[in-house]
Amino acid sequence: MTNENNSLAEKKTPSIYPAKIKMQITVIFFVILGIYLFSMYWTQKEMVGGFAGALGNMFTVIEKFFPPNLNVVPAIWGPMVETIQMAIIATTVASILTIPLAVLAARNVTTFKPLYYTTRTFLNILRTIPDLVLAVIFVGLFGIGLFPGILALIVFSLGILAKLISETIESVDMNPLEAMRASGGNVYQVIWYGLVPQVLPQFTSLVLYVFEINIRASVVLGYVGAGGIGLILNQQLGFYNYPNAMMIIVLIFIVVIVIEYISNKLREALI
Amino acid sequence: METYSLPPKPKNSLYKKVKRVIITLLVIALYVWTFLSIDIDWGRAIERAISNFHRVIPKLFNPDWGATGEVALSMLETIFIAFAGSLMAAVLAIPLAFLAAHNMMGGKIFSTIGKWILSAVRAFPDLILAILFVVAVGPNAFAGVLAIAIGSTGMLGKMFSEIIESIDMEIVQAMEANGANKIQILFYAVMPQVIPEFLSFAIYRFEIDIRASSILGIVGAGGIGTMIIFASNNRNWNEMGTILLAIIIVVTVIDFASSRIRSKIV
Repeated sequence: MTNENNSLAEKKTPSIYPAKIKMQITVIFFVILGIYLFSMYWTQKEMVGGFAGALGNMFTVIEKFFPPNLNVVPAIWGPMVETIQMAIIATTVASILTIPLAVLAARNVTTFKPLYYTTRTFLNILRTIPDLVLAVIFVGLFGIGLFPGILALIVFSLGILAKLISETIESVDMNPLEAMRASGGNVYQVIWYGLVPQVLPQFTSLVLYVFEINIRASVVLGYVGAGGIGLILNQQLGFYNYPNAMMIIVLIFIVVIVIEYISNKLREALI
Repeated sequence: METYSLPPKPKNSLYKKVKRVIITLLVIALYVWTFLSIDIDWGRAIERAISNFHRVIPKLFNPDWGATGEVALSMLETIFIAFAGSLMAAVLAIPLAFLAAHNMMGGKIFSTIGKWILSAVRAFPDLILAILFVVAVGPNAFAGVLAIAIGSTGMLGKMFSEIIESIDMEIVQAMEANGANKIQILFYAVMPQVIPEFLSFAIYRFEIDIRASSILGIVGAGGIGTMIIFASNNRNWNEMGTILLAIIIVVTVIDFASSRIRSKIV
């Protein structure tokens, strides 16, 4: 009898979380698990041979990719350089175009509310469109080539860059700006001497960050005919020439890592 | 009479000046090289644009409502791909993050290895991973799930490891001093501190994955990208308008929901 009482008393030690929250967490957990299992079923229903068959197949296919064919490097070097140039041009143009947009989308500079909300909404919609969809549309408009690719990268990075930079502008210290206005500085002087010095390091760092994103995006643009190395990768895979394709992928990997390394070093030096 | 003068400018050392000049020259050289060697056929691009403009742009803004059902179904598949992929990534990223965090495994070697693995994974663009998985498991949505899972593991692992590195270590030390074992420390000192932020980043990554998975179909990895490629090959810009509208709506709704959930969690 006493033992039973003891065990009952032990069970009554209050839990850290109330029962209601525990119930909620359990329900959410099972809902997520349910959606996950359903997603797995849905995405695998078109698969021939099921998961086990695919896994076995995976290893035989991966073997075909190795070793990468080193002899194609001279042939793919040109398109790779072209890809990097696309990213450079797109990032430059986007970082120039972004300045007016970012200023318009900053709450503390654009005090005219309708203009601020219009710019914000425009940028939000722009950011929802994936880069490759933009590339598909521009290829339809301008034909196959580098130009639609660059244009797609510009529009794509404009959305990201303008948002990030407008947030930087919103977080600046407004006191120097007010002091300048109080002592008679005009709008341009206030922006040039008050805003620019505060924003410039962040601006450069964000431009480099977007450049990294653009490099990654540009390597696949060729898949839809928008120039760069993706086109050749697509061709080689189409010919089932896996060692060549692997070499292209390895080259992309190296270029992305090197550029990220340089850009990281530059950013550390800036901030 | 008193004369006013500007305050003296800060003096830069010679080293700094030389460095600045070299960087400026390098940047100028980079631009000169880029703009001289890039080869754009302006004439053709403009000519094509003029002849195609009325065939493309007005149709994009005039969506083909007849395709709504089909588009909705593939958008649903896109969401499933992103969901399964990000959940797998969130689970896969946890052990890698513990490996990469310098305050967990002891020994700098583990954390360096972990960080190297994570940056190597992050260097692959999602679409390249999708290409590899399409070759490996065939052109279906599951290849997309695997591509998203691996692609997200890199970023989530990095974020998670930074969260783990920023936890309050005093609690861990206090428990160690009281004689708690590793498992107890993990569950009572580390986990409660990191779980809300882990969840928040996993949900944020789901937002990114929705965007990423909507283009995977271009290489055959399922989702709405398959319809994008068909619509563009058939020059069916009305259908493209519907697809674009679906992507914009779904991404906006999920971004909104996810930012609401995240602001509740953290």
